[in-house]
Amino acid sequence: MPYLLSLPSWLYLAVFFVVPLVAMLSMSLATGNPLVGYAVTWHFVEFAKAVDQYWLQIVRSFWYGGLATFLTLVLTYPVAYWIAFHGGRHKGSILFLILLPFFVSFVIRTLAWQFLLSDQGLILGTLKSWGLLPQSTYLLSTSTAVIGGLVYNSVAYYVLPLYVALEKIDRRVVRAAGDLYASPASAFWRVVLPLSAPGIFAGFLLVFVTNVGDFVNAAVLGGPGTSMIGNIIQYNFFNAQDYPMAATLSSILMFLLIIAIYFYARVFGTESIQDYAA
Amino acid sequence: MMSDQNKSKSGWRLDDPALLRGLTQARLSRRGFLEAGALGLGAMALPPAAFAASAMPAKLDPKWQAYWDKQKPTKELVFANWPYYIDTDDKTGKHASLEQFTKDTGIDIKYLEVIQDNAAFYAKIAPVLKAGQSIGNDIIVITNGWQLTELMMQDFLTQLWQEKLPNFFKNASPSVINPAYDPGNKYTVTWQSGLTGIAYNPKMTGREITSFDDLWDPKFAGHVGMMSDLTELGSAALLKLGIKPVHSTPDDWAKAAAILEDQKNKGIVRQYYDQGYIKALENGDTWISQAWSGDIFQAHAKGFTDLKFVVPKEGAMLWHDNMMIPKGAANPLSALTWMNYYYTPEMAGLIEDYDNYICPVPSAQDYILKQLKDPDVANSPLVFPTKEMYAKANDFYVFSSYDQNKKWSDTFSPITQA
Repeated sequence: MPYLLSLPSWLYLAVFFVVPLVAMLSMSLATGNPLVGYAVTWHFVEFAKAVDQYWLQIVRSFWYGGLATFLTLVLTYPVAYWIAFHGGRHKGSILFLILLPFFVSFVIRTLAWQFLLSDQGLILGTLKSWGLLPQSTYLLSTSTAVIGGLVYNSVAYYVLPLYVALEKIDRRVVRAAGDLYASPASAFWRVVLPLSAPGIFAGFLLVFVTNVGDFVNAAVLGGPGTSMIGNIIQYNFFNAQDYPMAATLSSILMFLLIIAIYFYARVFGTESIQDYAA
Repeated sequence: MMSDQNKSKSGWRLDDPALLRGLTQARLSRRGFLEAGALGLGAMALPPAAFAASAMPAKLDPKWQAYWDKQKPTKELVFANWPYYIDTDDKTGKHASLEQFTKDTGIDIKYLEVIQDNAAFYAKIAPVLKAGQSIGNDIIVITNGWQLTELMMQDFLTQLWQEKLPNFFKNASPSVINPAYDPGNKYTVTWQSGLTGIAYNPKMTGREITSFDDLWDPKFAGHVGMMSDLTELGSAALLKLGIKPVHSTPDDWAKAAAILEDQKNKGIVRQYYDQGYIKALENGDTWISQAWSGDIFQAHAKGFTDLKFVVPKEGAMLWHDNMMIPKGAANPLSALTWMNYYYTPEMAGLIEDYDNYICPVPSAQDYILKQLKDPDVANSPLVFPTKEMYAKANDFYVFSSYDQNKKWSDTFSPITQA
């Protein structure tokens, strides 16, 4: 009977996960075009072609994604810490304020940065009018803008797990560290930080995986030489209508992420993440 | 939908209609723009009679004759178009042209603004059409380009019963009759045409712009906008090389790609833009950019009156957004009735006075001038191009196979997808 209860979940997974996955994998091994149709020909060469043609964008995606995730952590940890330890009875409202901008569509928020960062916009325009920057300086269309956009868009996804992990920490443990003559700094490094590790790990996974596959930030804030693998997949799917290449690149991205997560879990352990989930 | 309250010069708005298409803003400033001749073109209007059409309706294939013979008139029509692409009352949001049509013919029109990108729209409808099902639209509007060619190759379109389109053959501009992408207008008639040229801000460039060479000027490094659309991008480079895109060869494409690569490597290109190029021009991110004429009207209406549009001396690209009937349409006869109805000076004029792209009905010029009393639109060489302008207008290369299109994409995509 208990097995029967899980049937809806299995059906759901089969229809919305297994079927599309199989479709994607088989398309990546197919040859043909939209006019004549496709046939699975076990065309593994496509994978070599994809890596050969787009290795730079693949590497770049992991680089941007990893760097942006790290920066997000550095940026959000103090915020989450402050809310959890010093937010008092306003914790809820402060968290709500942080999440508030994220009620606006992701694309709109990214477009808003286009205005803020534009050459004559609020930030650069002001600096230029003060003579602090030369007229032709720009920030949009650069990798800085793309990584900045990634960081900005993942703030909420990192604050929440960090906050939950920090909030769960037993304050008596921190006080005990003080009683045992730990300075506030060493109490943080040796007690609080290790205890918040599950939040760090969970947030990292969440943010890193979305960042690597992102294409909106590169499309809206990037320029020549900032394309990420998501942009390449989108191009191959819609514009070039090269469905096998798009599927191959998606598969490669998935495999690489699985490998990365595997090693990540091996190094940091899965218990802490499960612990967090529980 | 779009409100008119955002006319500030700052341009701090997120619902930028230039992301979409067409015009909704205050008419006054737009007219001022047309009048000022700020386009770098004198108003050299020729009398409409200079464009006498001379085509005849063609006979249908027997298969399609049988199809049309079976059809019965209906009282409905579903018309899928791009946003901001038909006359719209600023206050009520109503479309006078459509209401007039319903009054005259008794056919109710369901007008949908669902097409925002040719490739994405094609990706949406192709699987349905491939399965032999109806997409629920009787008329769709697609730009001449690979997706249109593909719709024809895939046999997704209904052949037009040209005998039912006498107005088209009587009134259409020669520029839309028997086009290279649809010989004999078997499947399509044009809704609007437009030009791809260069837009720039003279305050930033410090000089007038006349040529594609200016897009390669290192003086503007980091502030030149190019289009991410590979057809537009490649065509601009071909024109710069003095090659007519429509007659180009894969060798020419390689040469064009080489100069584009060079332009990018020298740091001249700021970005390869989609419709967002207009915002980059408005914000001052780009000083000079590949551009569509209609968007510059819109920018002026919003207060960015510095921007200018030119047809470069090497020529400009002329594109056409075309009406067609997808297979499985429920009301094909109503669709033909609308197409025929559109190709009158009155109807095309009414819509053109709002759209301000290029009108496919030259005699609408007189109607706009005398009946609608709008000389600025009527005399604009961008809405009713002169012979000289048409002489500078170039057609896109017409792909004859998937592999050929792929060859073009593979040639130019390494530039934008870097």
